[in-house]
Amino acid sequence: MEPSPFWRRVETLAAWLLGLIWAAPLIYAFWAAFHPPHYAVHFDLAAPLTFSNFVEAWHTAPFARYFLNTILYTTMTTALQFVLCTLAAYAFACYDWKGREIAFALILVQLMVMPDQLLVVNYQTMTALKLVDSIPAISLPYIASAFGVFLLRQNFKQVPIALAEAARVEGAGPLTILMKVYVPLSKSVYLAYGLVSVSWHWNNFLWPLVITNSVTTRPITVGLSIFGSPENGVNFAIVSAGTLMSVAPLLVGFLLFQRQFVQSFMRAGIK
Amino acid sequence: MNPRIARHVYGWLLFTPAAIFFILFTHYPIVRSCFLSLFDNPRAGGPARFVGLENYRYLVDDPIFWQALKNNLVYAFGTIPITISLAMLMAVWVNRQMAGRAFVRAAYFTPTILPMIAIANIWLFFYTPGIGLFDNILQYFGYPGRNWLGNPDTALACLMVIAVWKDAGFFMIFYLAALQGLPRDVIEAGRIEGAGRFYFFRRVTFPLLMPTTVFVVFNALINTFRIIDHIFILTKGGPDNATELLLYYLFQTAFEFWDTAYAAVLTVVIMAILMSLALVQFKVLERRTHYQ
Repeated sequence: MEPSPFWRRVETLAAWLLGLIWAAPLIYAFWAAFHPPHYAVHFDLAAPLTFSNFVEAWHTAPFARYFLNTILYTTMTTALQFVLCTLAAYAFACYDWKGREIAFALILVQLMVMPDQLLVVNYQTMTALKLVDSIPAISLPYIASAFGVFLLRQNFKQVPIALAEAARVEGAGPLTILMKVYVPLSKSVYLAYGLVSVSWHWNNFLWPLVITNSVTTRPITVGLSIFGSPENGVNFAIVSAGTLMSVAPLLVGFLLFQRQFVQSFMRAGIK
Repeated sequence: MNPRIARHVYGWLLFTPAAIFFILFTHYPIVRSCFLSLFDNPRAGGPARFVGLENYRYLVDDPIFWQALKNNLVYAFGTIPITISLAMLMAVWVNRQMAGRAFVRAAYFTPTILPMIAIANIWLFFYTPGIGLFDNILQYFGYPGRNWLGNPDTALACLMVIAVWKDAGFFMIFYLAALQGLPRDVIEAGRIEGAGRFYFFRRVTFPLLMPTTVFVVFNALINTFRIIDHIFILTKGGPDNATELLLYYLFQTAFEFWDTAYAAVLTVVIMAILMSLALVQFKVLERRTHYQ
């Protein structure tokens, strides 16, 4: 069971090597972004550092606007998900109503077929609602999330009934009980779900690509795909700089809150 | 309010806001796709004509569809075993004490949180013929460079490498969670019996990780019908449809060729595949429950 010290060392070395391989593409992007374009394929430790790639990338495409759009869309999605999924999860966990089982089974369908694959009809719906090329249109298909309902329902079910009963005896209504008992006791689940949802939507591409067609709505992923496409003829140093800029908020967040991120993804994955 | 009615009223009131959006953006599109797939595309002025299974007949004769389906299978079965083996290996490594563990874990996991578009931008440069990183390395050792993404024989493999790189760290954390949840007494028993490390993994740990593996396999399968972002940057389905995956073909049909009827057919096919996958997963998990 216990490996010999020699094998322990070999394993550690192998783990490090794989880590280095895994980090290499990103390290490489950093290298290219912080050096003059000429050094992208030319490794020289004496190469001068520069910030000009970032400046140029920033001026080549409306990154500030893309960031704003992404923040608006991501915040809107996560906030509405919290509200809708909390209410629905509360209904499923704490009330025994007629049709509950069927409704729950119907929600299950979304775990198999997601809005990502239903973009043809959803596009038609957005056209009918006159929402094409708007930020709500990017958001709306995702705000009722089966995953969110499941996660929160599971958690609400673990809250002791006695706590809710005590509140009820004191005259609290259903929404007060939800806000005063269930939600505060589920903080860590909200954090986990929030982190997963934000990083998911920050990275989402296909639906935003389809539904947006102007600078004022495009999120950063779509903006980046236009910016980085070879037809644009922008050189790799600048593409790297733009790419790093657009992942910076998530990357910094991840490195600062690595523990929470990993635990959140773990928690969210284990249903 | 009468408490016997109250629970029904509250239940429905609480569920309704979510229900509206579930129906509007999940259930209605599912039904509507099936419906649309039985009609042709409306011509200017006229309504769409009911054509029965005509569109499906076209599907059966469409070589690009079959190519995309095949690519999807190659992509899934080429990446998933490698991704899972790496994920397990990473989890076992990171689960033990070692110097720099936090760094190694972060290195494995970071690709997961990056958007596929950003990743594709970086990897595009690795694959660029002549000046790309891979060609530079090849040339350094005296080999000729090659057009990685422009060659139908290597293009799909290039995308698969990226998928492995991105997903292995993601699946690692599920194995890590499972490893940390393994029953202590089993591990102790193995230690006392002096079981060899590899033997112990093969006979004890691996079977105990089975539920996680089932979960991960199906997640990875579903992902191949969801994450196609890198295709937009790297190959656009080419060369010669070599990297055409089903969802990308659906996108092209709907939003480049504007063939809504056929796009509906492709949506139905993808839905059918995803639902069968879910059913299989359900059956497998049902049989495997004794492991948990």
